[in-house]
Amino acid sequence: MHPLTGTAADLVWLLPLLPFLGFVANGWLSLRGAVRARVTAHPTRLETEGSRHPQFTLVNVIGVGSVVAAFGVAIAVFAALAGAPDAAGPYVQTYGSWLPSGDLRVDWAFQVDRLSMVMALIVTGVGALIHVFSVGYMADDPGYPRYFSYLNLFVFFMLTLVLGASYAVIFVGWEGVGLASYLLIGFWFSETRNADAGKKAFIVNRVGDFGFLIAMFLLWANLGTLDFREVAQRVPELAAGGGLVTAICLFLFLGAAGKSAQMPLYIWLPDAMAGPTPVSALIHAATMVTGGVYLVARSADLFAIAPVASLTVVVVGAVTAIFAAVIGLKQWDIKKVLAYSTVSQLGMMFVAVGSGAYVAGLFHLVTHAFFKALLFLGAGAVIHALHHGYHAVHDETSDAQDLRLMGGLRRRMPVTFALMWIATLAIAGVPPLAGFFSKDEILASVFRQAGGSALAQATWLGIPGSVVLGTAYAILLVTALLTAVYMTRLMRYAFHGPSRVPGDAAAHVAESPWVMRGPLVVLGALTVAGGWLNLPALLPLGPVGTLEHWLAPVTGRGAAVLAAGAPALGHGTEQALVGVAVAVALAGIAIAWVVCRPDAVPAPDAPAPTSGFGWLLSNKFFVDEAIEALIVAPLVKVSRLVLWRGIDLGVLDALFVRGPGALTRGIGWAGTRLQSGLVGTYVWVIAIAVLAVLGLMLLMK
Amino acid sequence: MIGASLFVSAVLFAIGVGGVLVRRNAIMLFMCVELMLNAVNLSFVALSRLHGVTGQVVVIFVMTVAAAEAAVGLAIIISAFRHFKSADLADIRLLGG
Repeated sequence: MHPLTGTAADLVWLLPLLPFLGFVANGWLSLRGAVRARVTAHPTRLETEGSRHPQFTLVNVIGVGSVVAAFGVAIAVFAALAGAPDAAGPYVQTYGSWLPSGDLRVDWAFQVDRLSMVMALIVTGVGALIHVFSVGYMADDPGYPRYFSYLNLFVFFMLTLVLGASYAVIFVGWEGVGLASYLLIGFWFSETRNADAGKKAFIVNRVGDFGFLIAMFLLWANLGTLDFREVAQRVPELAAGGGLVTAICLFLFLGAAGKSAQMPLYIWLPDAMAGPTPVSALIHAATMVTGGVYLVARSADLFAIAPVASLTVVVVGAVTAIFAAVIGLKQWDIKKVLAYSTVSQLGMMFVAVGSGAYVAGLFHLVTHAFFKALLFLGAGAVIHALHHGYHAVHDETSDAQDLRLMGGLRRRMPVTFALMWIATLAIAGVPPLAGFFSKDEILASVFRQAGGSALAQATWLGIPGSVVLGTAYAILLVTALLTAVYMTRLMRYAFHGPSRVPGDAAAHVAESPWVMRGPLVVLGALTVAGGWLNLPALLPLGPVGTLEHWLAPVTGRGAAVLAAGAPALGHGTEQALVGVAVAVALAGIAIAWVVCRPDAVPAPDAPAPTSGFGWLLSNKFFVDEAIEALIVAPLVKVSRLVLWRGIDLGVLDALFVRGPGALTRGIGWAGTRLQSGLVGTYVWVIAIAVLAVLGLMLLMK
Repeated sequence: MIGASLFVSAVLFAIGVGGVLVRRNAIMLFMCVELMLNAVNLSFVALSRLHGVTGQVVVIFVMTVAAAEAAVGLAIIISAFRHFKSADLADIRLLGG
C-alpha cells in the first residue's frame, strides 16, 4: 500500500484530462464557426483587427479555465506528494492495458513522483500564465478558438509526456507535443513560409524520434520492459560502460537532441518562431523543448553507467551552447535572438545533465522556464504594441519584429521595459535573480566533476573526461559572457535610445492591456524569487538545496555514480567560481552597453556583410545551407533518380503496371486484326478449318 | 446408281463451296449456299435407299428451312443494298475491327 493511496494524488488523471476536454470543446467551437461562416479563405489578421470572435468569453473560459484548473489539481497532487515520506518511491496509477502482446506489456499508466510533479507544475503554471497572456495577444485573431484548442492540446500531450510511467507512454506525449508544435508553428498557415516552418520542425524532430524508438527497442530486447520502475531495478543487469547501455543512451540522446534543438538538429527552432509569440514562449522556450533534458534526467540511472554517452551529451551541449550564442549576437529579429538564446541555454542544461549534475540541469530548466517565458512574452507585448501602432497609421509593410525598427520603447512601455530588464539580468546571471543561481550551479558542478570524478576518469574518443569537462566549463563561461552580450544588445536596441519606428506609428505604441501585463508581472516575480528553490550552501539566504533534496530519490543514484570521487570544493574555490561567473556576466553587459550604440544601428535594408566573420554570422554559419547541400539535396536526388525514376518508374511500373497493360493491348490488337469484317475472309477461314478438321479425322482413323 | 448420285452430289457441293469462296456478290453467294444445300439433299435422297425413309424426311425439313432462309436472307441483302448502294460483300464491312 503506497502512502499516497487515497490522497489527492489519485486525481492525477484529471491533469491531462482537463486540457483535453478544453481541446475538444474549443475545437468543436472552431469547426462549428468555420462551417457556419462557410469559410473558403481564411481572413487575415488585418481584416479582423479590433473585432472579436463571437464566442470570445466562452472560448476563454474553456481554454484558460481548463489549464488553470489543471494547475490547481497539480498543486493538490504536489501537496499530497510533499506530505509523503522521502522513501515512498513513485506512485504509479494504471488505467488500462495498452499493448498486451505476448511478453510485451505496456500499460496506460501515470507516475506521480518528485520529478514528474515539478515538471507538471511548470507546465500547468507557466502554461496557465501564457494562456492568460494569449487572451490579449490573440484577441483579434479570426482563428481564436482554434488557437486555444491547439494550445490545450499541447498542454494535454505535454502532461502525458511528463507524467507517463514508461518510455512508451512518454513517447505518446513526445509525438503529441510535436504535433501540437507543428499545428501552432503553422497557425497562420495562409503564408507558405509559416507552413514550411511547421513542416521543418516536424521532419527534423522525426530524426530524433527515430533515435528514441531505437532506444526503446533496445531496452525492450535486452531488459524486457519499458517501465521506469522496472528499468531502474534492472539496470544492474546491464554491463556498466558496455556498448549496449552506451548505445541505448546515445539513441535516447538523439531523441532528446531533436526535441530540445541540439546540434545538429537545432535548425528547426529558429524557424519555429513563425508561430504566434505566446506559442514560442510556451512550447519553444519553457516546456516542450526542455522535454529532452527531462528525458535524460529521467534516464539518469542508465546514463550513470554509460560515461561515454554522458560525455557525448556534455560535448554536444557545450558546442550547441556556444554556437547558438554566437549566432544570436547578430540576429535582428527580436524573436530569433530569443530563439538562439533558448538553444544556447538548452545546451547548458545538457552539459549539466550530461556531467551528472541532474539537479543543476533541472534547476536551470525551471528558472529558464520563468525568465525565458518572461522574455518571450515581453517580446510579444512589444510586437503586439508595434503591430497596433503600424495598424493605426495603415503601415502594412514595416516588420514589427525587427530590432532595427524599434528603439525608445522604454518611455512607451515602462512596465514591459522593467520586467524585460529583470529577465535579461536573470539570464545573464546577475545575482540575486533566478538565472544566477541555476547557471552558477551548473558551472560549479561541471568544474567540480572535472576535478577527478568517475566521469572525469572516463575517456571520450580518446580524450580524458577531465579535459572534456574542463573545456566544457570554459565554453560555458564564454557562453555566459555571450549571453549577457546578446541580451543586453537586444534590450539596448529595443528600448533605449531614440525611436527608429518608421512614420508616426510610434505615437500609437502603448503599454499592453492588463490581461497581458499581469502574466508578465507574475513571471517577473518568479524570475526574482526562483533562485530560492535551490540556494547554494555558499549563500544561505534561506533553506539550502531544497530542489536538490527534493529530487534526490529520482536522480540521486545516477548523480552519485557519476560524481563518485569528485573532491569537494573548498570555500575559497566556490567563492572564486561565483566571482568569475558574476564578473563574466557584468563584463558582457558592459561590453554590449558600450558596443551596441542605438544611434549606430544599420538601416533594415543595409547590405549584409559579404566577407569575414560578420558574413559567416549573418548567414548563421551556413548550417541550413550545409544540411541542404549535404543531406537534403542528395536525398532528394537519390529519391528522384534512383527511387522514383529508377525503381518506381523503371522496375515497378514497367514490370507490374505498364507491362501487363501492353501485353493485353497486344493481344487485343491481334484480335482486331482477325475481325476484318470481310465475309470472304471468314468463309475462307471456315473452309480451311473444316478441311483441317476433316483431314485430321481421316488421319486419326 | 448410288455411286453416280453421290458423285453428282459431291460435284454440286464443290461447285457451291467454290462459288462461296470466290464470288463477292451477295446474291451469288446466296445462290451458292442454296446449291450446297441441294447437293446435300441429293445425297440424303440417294442414301435413303440404303437406310430407309428418314433421309427423305430430312430433305423436306431442309427445303422448309431453306425457304425460310431465302426469305430472310434476300430481305437482308435488299436492305443492305439500299444502305450501301452495293451488293458487293467487300463493301459491307462495318463489323471490321
